[in-house]
Amino acid sequence: MLAWTIYISFLGALALMLLPAGTARAARAVALVTALAGLGIGVAGYAQFETGRIATLARVPWIPSLGIQYHLAADGISLTLVLLTGVAAVAGILFFWNIEHRAKEFFAFYLVLIGGVYGVFLSFDLFLLFVFYELAIIPKYFLIAIWGSTRREYGAMKLALYSFVGSAMVLVGLIAAYVVAGARTLDIVELAGFPFPHNFQMWAFPVVFVGFAILAGLWPFHTWAPTGHVAAPTAASMLLAGVVMKLGAYGCLRVAMTLFPQGLEPWGFHVLGFASWGDVFAVLAVTGIVYGATVALVQTDFKFVIGYSSVSHMGFVLLGLMTLNQVGLSGAVLQMFSHGVVAGLLFAVVGRMVYDRTHTRDLAALQGMNLSKTIPFAAVTFVLAGAASMGLPGFSGFVAEVQVLVGAWAAFPTLAVLAGAGIVVGVAYTWRAMQKAFFGEVTPADPGPPPKQLERISVHERLGAVLLIGISLVIGLCPDLLLRIIVPSFDSPLFDWLRTGGPR
Amino acid sequence: MSYLDLLKLALPETIVLLGALAALVADSTMRGLEVRFRFIIGGLIAAVGCAASIAWMLLAPGLGTAQGGMLVVDPLTQLVQIALLVLTIFTVLISMESDFTEHVGEYLALILLATVGMMFLVGSEDLLMVFISLELTSLSLYILTAFDKRSIRSAEAALKYFLFGGMSAAFTLFGFSLIYGLSGSTNLREIAVAIAGKGLDPLLIVGLVMAVIGFAFKVAAAPFHLWAPDAYQGAPAPSAAFIASGSKVAGFFIFAKVLMLGFAGAEGNGAWRDYAPGWTPVVAAIAALSMLLGNLAAIVQSSVRRLLAYSAIAHAGYMLLGVMPHNGQGFAALIYYAVTYALTTLGAFGVVAAVERGTGDETLAGFAGMSRRAPVISLCMLIFMLSLAGIPPLAGFFGKFYVFSAALKGGAPDLGLLWLVILAVGTSAVSLYYYLKVAKQLYVADPPAGSGALQVPILSQITLVLLAAGVVVLGCAPALILNLIQDAVQFARF
Repeated sequence: MLAWTIYISFLGALALMLLPAGTARAARAVALVTALAGLGIGVAGYAQFETGRIATLARVPWIPSLGIQYHLAADGISLTLVLLTGVAAVAGILFFWNIEHRAKEFFAFYLVLIGGVYGVFLSFDLFLLFVFYELAIIPKYFLIAIWGSTRREYGAMKLALYSFVGSAMVLVGLIAAYVVAGARTLDIVELAGFPFPHNFQMWAFPVVFVGFAILAGLWPFHTWAPTGHVAAPTAASMLLAGVVMKLGAYGCLRVAMTLFPQGLEPWGFHVLGFASWGDVFAVLAVTGIVYGATVALVQTDFKFVIGYSSVSHMGFVLLGLMTLNQVGLSGAVLQMFSHGVVAGLLFAVVGRMVYDRTHTRDLAALQGMNLSKTIPFAAVTFVLAGAASMGLPGFSGFVAEVQVLVGAWAAFPTLAVLAGAGIVVGVAYTWRAMQKAFFGEVTPADPGPPPKQLERISVHERLGAVLLIGISLVIGLCPDLLLRIIVPSFDSPLFDWLRTGGPR
Repeated sequence: MSYLDLLKLALPETIVLLGALAALVADSTMRGLEVRFRFIIGGLIAAVGCAASIAWMLLAPGLGTAQGGMLVVDPLTQLVQIALLVLTIFTVLISMESDFTEHVGEYLALILLATVGMMFLVGSEDLLMVFISLELTSLSLYILTAFDKRSIRSAEAALKYFLFGGMSAAFTLFGFSLIYGLSGSTNLREIAVAIAGKGLDPLLIVGLVMAVIGFAFKVAAAPFHLWAPDAYQGAPAPSAAFIASGSKVAGFFIFAKVLMLGFAGAEGNGAWRDYAPGWTPVVAAIAALSMLLGNLAAIVQSSVRRLLAYSAIAHAGYMLLGVMPHNGQGFAALIYYAVTYALTTLGAFGVVAAVERGTGDETLAGFAGMSRRAPVISLCMLIFMLSLAGIPPLAGFFGKFYVFSAALKGGAPDLGLLWLVILAVGTSAVSLYYYLKVAKQLYVADPPAGSGALQVPILSQITLVLLAAGVVVLGCAPALILNLIQDAVQFARF
């Protein structure tokens, strides 16, 4: 049944294309219903899910002569991310309810993107996964280039090209793996069981890993993320930070690490203190955490603060993956979910609640507006979202980041300390942004223009905010809801090598 | 073999020829009438001729060989001939709304004559016959390029195309004559037997390189591509579409066939570490150069037609990868790629033709805001561009995947051709930039102030939608034609 999340999204996009022009209301309704249906299917799938199993959803020959199958399946990791996609899709539409300009096309592209994302999370055939992965690139471009703001065409093209370069690297690795394994199958489970030569894995692993990690915002390939997020319209930046970056991290875990686990083994020599690809990527991940947080600390544009915070938080995901132990890995998956929810909320506050009303994102300008008085709901939402983002206990971010840190402590003690320092900087930049944007004090010398009457926070925005905060709280208070399905997933044969024969 | 048997084997070509004559005669009776009407009647006759030929091949597939390989009819040649005829029908459909000429009958007849040439080209295993049909095709195409008599550009393009083409024909012929002198035969299979085991004779190398140069001209691979941008830009849009589609398919098919059949045993090795002289390193070099030059030069084009020309050069590079492994897999991949590419580029030129008629502008700026002025053809163009860029689930993506994996498999077990595949995948990442530039004009840029909806004739719209649907369907379900191609290639024992 979960497979219908994909189909229903594409059907929704098709329905939107067939709508007559100039019907923004109908377009919004169709989009919301589609997204809600996707979320509903995801939740129903969660309710039925048997933990620890890989549930096959569809498996039919697609291109038989090349051994390519249309193989959809779900394990706990995919299911977690499917749920996240559903939530992010619904919230994005709620927060973009005020769209009038070419609304029909906007939601058509939006739903194609959602469908592609669902597809990636549910594919268990590499070819199929890649098809959905690339399918998601094009709508992103148009969402930003047509409806975006600051330097939108530049941001959109940069994002599209970075994504495409990443997927080109993935494609090279994928074709090579296919040929080396005898060109009979592209099934992920079968390929994961295939004994690829050690030398082959040593180069294929970094190529495919980096290819995916570009989309996950791995430092130094992260630069598309801040510019892309800032240029994107609210709903699109919520989706970009919320789920698209997870596509990359998911690919790293699902493809690179399961197919080429020996690529993580020690090289047998040391270069600058690095002894394996795992070390290299762990260091890059921590660099991303610290760098993203530090840069976020000095931004003058409110949205860039959030953009860089995404880079920082995604660093935790990648660090968690590189720990190669169960705590770290499941922490990484949980962090994907948590960051998807929290980043979506932050972008919603900045893009919709603040920018759409004040038409500025400059922190200095916002400082004089006394927004906590004029739009208190936005201020409250941002305080809560900020708390979740900092990793305050009670919110989902805390459970996830603690798990990653515990995992990292076992694997790379020094790096764990640095990542912890990153969290402290995280508190600082969130606090600074919150202080400047909402609780800035008007200096008596310059009373400025009398505060304009800002548009009230709409019902849709309230609904969206409550939805996202609620989910973050629920997962924070009861992480077992998700860990229950995530942790057993790592016991499947897919992760055999990572679990048993790992270098640590 | 009696002439009756020969006629039977050559009946598909004969039917097309009769179609050409019928279109010519029918048009001569309608001289005084409106051009559009004449195009529709003539076009229908031409299309029916092609369809009848396809029907004959499907219903009465008479297989056989005539005159020791002069004419070979097997499932593979028939499959490619059918593909060529389908492309011709689409070209005719695209031409029907044209207004650049009053010589409707001649125009259509030339298109069909070129098709006859391509069909013979595809169905031959003899150098002599290959050369003659190559010339029949080329001469028709030169005239088709020059057909817009009111345009200086068209004449210039044709002259350039003709001079380059003539030169390349001379190269080919010279190469063929050396090969004949060396092997004592013009039959490809006999040539292979004659040169087998003798190593690389210097004379053979010269002949080989000459022949490769001639074919590379034909398929517009770098560095023999110079005619392509001008011809694509100057020619009337349907002619350019035909040059870019049908003649490409036929050219690649015979290129691969001559190399794989005639020079079996002289392959050498184009792999990174174990290089060995032969034709594969030559092809590898041409492929690498085409991919780099085509993709990089396309970035700076402001004319959509020139952009398509440089993209065609790049695609020629990708397709040559299918020749590299010199086995059936690679050949099947090449055919799939060439056919789907031809459909795509044909559609792209169809859109260019429609936009040009409406705005008189074929630069990128002329496409600005087209998604709001002509939503249907804009969506078609988007599909064509994304397919050319290799975005799934369109045909272009599967084509690339299949060709690249076939090439890599050919160099197994140590992935010797990985360098070429990396180059191909890398340059196709570059190509997304300029295809997106076209898409950006269509969907992101605002239409010029005061411009209303663009009137696109319903026939053009249907044709383009059919082509776009073909690109989507063949991408989503490649197995539809893949099995046919693979079986046919297997039957022909490649």
